[in-house]
This record gives sequence, C-alpha cells and structure tokens, in this order.
Amino acid sequence: MDEARPKPGPATPGSVMPVGPATPVGPATPVVRIAAVDKTFVSDRARVTTALQGIDLEIRRGEFVSLIGPSGCGKSTLLRLIGDLVAPTAGRVTVNDKPADRARRDRDYGIVFQAPVLFDWRSVEDNVKLPLELMGYDAGRRTARAREMLELVELGDFLHHHPYQLSGGMQQRVAIARALAFEPSILLMDEPFGALDEMTRERMNQEVQRIWERTGITVVFVTHSIPEAVFLSSRAVVMSARPGRIIDIVEIDLPRPRDVVTREQRRYFELVTAVREALRRGGADELVADALGEGSGPAAGLIDRAAAEGGIG
Amino acid sequence: MTTAGPIDTPSTSTATEPAVEAAPGGGTHSRTRQVGTLVAFGLGVLLLWEAVKWLGGVPWRFKDVLGTGLVIDYSPPFRFPFATDLNLPHWFNILGALAAPVQRNAQQSLGEFLVGAALYTWREAAIGFAVGALLGLVLATLFVHSRLLERAFVPYVIASQTIPIVALAPMIVYAFGPNVTSVVVIATYLTFFPVTIAMIRGLRAPDPRALELMRSYAAGRWATYRKVRLPASLPYLFTALKIAATASIVGAIIGEGPGGIPDGLGRAIINFNQQYISGPEKLWAAILVSSLLGVSFFVVIRAAELVVLRGRPGAAEG
Repeated sequence: MDEARPKPGPATPGSVMPVGPATPVGPATPVVRIAAVDKTFVSDRARVTTALQGIDLEIRRGEFVSLIGPSGCGKSTLLRLIGDLVAPTAGRVTVNDKPADRARRDRDYGIVFQAPVLFDWRSVEDNVKLPLELMGYDAGRRTARAREMLELVELGDFLHHHPYQLSGGMQQRVAIARALAFEPSILLMDEPFGALDEMTRERMNQEVQRIWERTGITVVFVTHSIPEAVFLSSRAVVMSARPGRIIDIVEIDLPRPRDVVTREQRRYFELVTAVREALRRGGADELVADALGEGSGPAAGLIDRAAAEGGIG
Repeated sequence: MTTAGPIDTPSTSTATEPAVEAAPGGGTHSRTRQVGTLVAFGLGVLLLWEAVKWLGGVPWRFKDVLGTGLVIDYSPPFRFPFATDLNLPHWFNILGALAAPVQRNAQQSLGEFLVGAALYTWREAAIGFAVGALLGLVLATLFVHSRLLERAFVPYVIASQTIPIVALAPMIVYAFGPNVTSVVVIATYLTFFPVTIAMIRGLRAPDPRALELMRSYAAGRWATYRKVRLPASLPYLFTALKIAATASIVGAIIGEGPGGIPDGLGRAIINFNQQYISGPEKLWAAILVSSLLGVSFFVVIRAAELVVLRGRPGAAEG
C-alpha cells in the first residue's frame, strides 16, 4: 500500500553514517535547487495571499542552512515546499536531481516539527521504529537502528519510557532520532526548539551541531532566533515579510566546532549584526527587536503559530 | 567543551521540565476508595428509599415482633401517592421476590429465570453490538477518507436516529420476520450510530503534522490508517463502545416484544408489566436485572479498554 519504491542500496546496520568533517563532500553538488518559486494561498473567501515570491536558492550537500525571517515571511512554507508537503504555485523544486515529490517517495527527507509529534501509544523506542516499520526494515535491524539513534541523541536509557514521561527537550530529541533513523539525505527542521526555554534551547543547539557533524547530513533549519541561526548555520538565508523574498544570504564563517565560547566572540556578534541588518532591510524592524533580540519573544511566537495555522507561516 | 554532554537529562532539568515517572492506572488506594464511595452511595439510596416509605407510605403492622407477641402499628405522617406498596415496593421485598418461585409451584426462582432471560437477551445484544460496532467503524473509515461520502451520507445517519425505535422495530420485524435476526438488527441499529460519530472524530484526531510525517515517510492511506489514525482513535472508540454496549441491551429488550421472542428480558418485562397489580415486585426485579445486565456489559467493555489503552496517559480515567 506504500507509494514508495524501495530505497536504493539500503544501509547495513552499523554503517550508520559517514563520520567525518562537516565540510561539503562534493562542494559543487546542490542537494536542493529552488528555481523561480512562487507560492500563493487562496483562502475560503477567495482571498489570495502571496507567501513566497521569486525564490531562488541552492543548498549544497552537507550544508547547514537556516531560513530566518519575521513571522509570516513564508520560511516554514519554503521548508514545506522542499519537503513536498505543499506544492509550489510556480517554479521548480529539485532535490537530489529529482522533483521534490519523487524525493519524498524515495524517503529522502527526515522532518522535525516545532512540536515533537510523538505517539502516546508507543514507547520511545517504538516511536523511532515507526518509519522503519513502514520502510520494511526487518525486526532485528529496526531494533538495532532505533537503539543506535537513541544513543546518538543520548536517550539510550529511556527506550521503554513513554513520550509523556519525558521533558519537552527530551521529546524533541526522540523526534530527531526518529527523523534520522531511516538515513534520509536531508533533515528538515521547522523551528524545532521554538517551544523550549532558552537554556534548553542552547543545549539543543549544541546537540544538533554535534549530530550534524557526526552524520554529515544536509540540514535546512527554520528559526526566528538570530543567535540560533548564527550559531548553527553554514549559511543563513534572510527573508522579508510577506510576500516572502530572500533578502540576503549571510555566510557564517565561524570556525567549528562551535561552543559556548563561540557565542562570546567578536566575529559572532558581527554576524549577528549582519543578519539583523539584513532583516531590517527586509522591513522586519519591530520583529528584529521582538522576536530576534531578547531570545524568544512570546508575541512573535504567537503570531508565527497563528500564521502557520493559516498555512502561511 | 566541543562535544556536548547530555543536554537535558532529567537530573539536570528537574527544575523546569521534570521527566515524570507517571503511574498510569492510579493506585490500589484510590480504587478502594472508589468502591467504598459506590457502596456508600448505594446504601444511601436504599436508606432514602425506606425513609420515603416511612414518611409517606402505607400503614404498617408488625405482628409478633421477634416472637414476643407484641404488635406495633405504624401510620406514616404523610401519604405520597408514589410511595404506596404498588408504586414503590419495599426494596427488600423486591430482593425477596427474586428468591421466590417464578410462578406458583414452579421449581425455578424468579432470580434464576431472570438471569437466564438476561443471558439470552445479552447474546442478541452482543451480536447486534458486534455488527453495529463493525458497521460504525467501516462507515466512519469511509467518511474520513471521502468528503463526498461524508457529505452525502452523514445527514442520513443522523436522521436514522431521530426515528423512534418503537416505531421502527415493528417494521424491522416485518422485514426480517419474527425471529432473533430482527432483534439483532434492532440492536445493531442502536449501536452503529455512536460508533460512527465517535470514530469520524477519532480517526481525525491525529495532529495534522503526524499525517504530514506519514506523508514524508511515503506511507499510503492504509499504512497511515493502521499506524496513526486507528491507534489515535481508540480512546474515542471505547467511549462509543461503552455507550453502544448499554444501547444494544436496550435495543434487544425493545426488539423482543414485536420480534415475538419468548425467552428474553423483553418478554419478561411485558409479562410482569401486565401482572403488575398482583405482583409489582416482579417487574421491579426484572428492571433491576436488566440494569445489572447493562452495567455488566459496560464493565466488560471498560475492562477491555483498560487492557487495550494500557500505558497511555489518562487511560485510567474513563
């Protein structure tokens, strides 16, 4: 009943992930190619909202790309276009040299949302196994793979817990383990730490960096936190308010691995300023102060959530 | 500093987000209290019952109290029309009637007779319940997957329940004949509705993002149904099944009249209704057994629910 074709060359257990430097494997090979993409939404009363306009973007293999912008700038929509959760109104999204829907059916995407979206009726381990069940891994490999992934996110001791017994941060780590379990080539993260407190968020940033370095996976990361974008990314794609356009792409050339000290360096502040300036040019003045200045602005979060529910976020 | 340690293991995060060692199911302590409350309430009702009779029943005469030859006459201060021995028999007389022979010179007690009738009715109800639950599940599954079918048929499903069952039952008997099948159809008719309505909701209960997640796994409709929609709907299903369980008993009892089934509670209730003047306790006893049957069926479903939803948050509260 699955609409997928078998994944070519399934990995063997143990050969989990290429461990090595996070530098691009083939520097010139774009994993994601977005060309002249527009996205408009038509609401019930035939009101047309332009969420994205004239988006061109290439993401190289092994890159960590953040999409940052004010609420309602279409950054989540852009992520969902890459993941073939919505279709573009115009233009083309190519992933691994295939149309996005082909890539989805080839299970090229691992997705992590702002909410962990774990299943109450499954233990932590069984939650991670869910995609593996759908993808025809045999029982032994499912178990091995799930445990390996939970070790990776340092939840090896919580296999038999149920999701509601874990803290928010731990639940989000389970979601990350689940997204990585079937070895997708791209990890799409939609404000994954937006619901966490600032302390947990910084630790999770550290953790995501470590996972990214170990797996070498390409990451597209939606956020409205400038510090988060600068800390994590190889490039930060700055977007303007509706209709969403790309204003600037800031190369984040901070040395890796980054840690607490990174956040105190001059270059870090320069880059934070560069991203902030770009946002201001995009007309996000009030949001620069609110959502992006003092950590997570609750008002901005609400607006963003409302926008996401309206299908625009 | 470069490789991050554990991020927010419970030991470090207890201040903000403790990892809860939840104990689903509640303790034995609360269970004992629950039963205690239930028993206390039941005793309270029985006391109130007799208090009403004491205040406004018919005059009593105790002859030969405890073999002393003493006679006590008691005349209640009020006369409540609903508290006469015909309208509201003493509850101990109802229990007494259960132990007495069902008919003059009969071997079988009323209690034995009613339990036999209840089991017979339960079989009909259980078949109707099973068929109705399955029908409800199938309908809800269709409706959830097709807006067109949902728009076309759900109004009729709702309209079907506005027809009084007493009007419909004879028609079903005309259609299927005076036999058990008709009774089962009537029980089915009352059962499928709550299951359909609850399951339309339940199968739509998953977070939209859970469905997007399944889409990103390239899971088809069937896989999504099996792995996400159905498990997410189970709490809704059991709520509906508990309603359906009692409704199926009511349906079977009502259906037995026009269906001409002599062996169940329906016929017993009709008979004892006709004999009410000569023995009101028998009808009260039949009602008592009917209600115990409904409660038992409910409890069985509840037990199944506890087993199936084991380990989920809130499974113990139902």
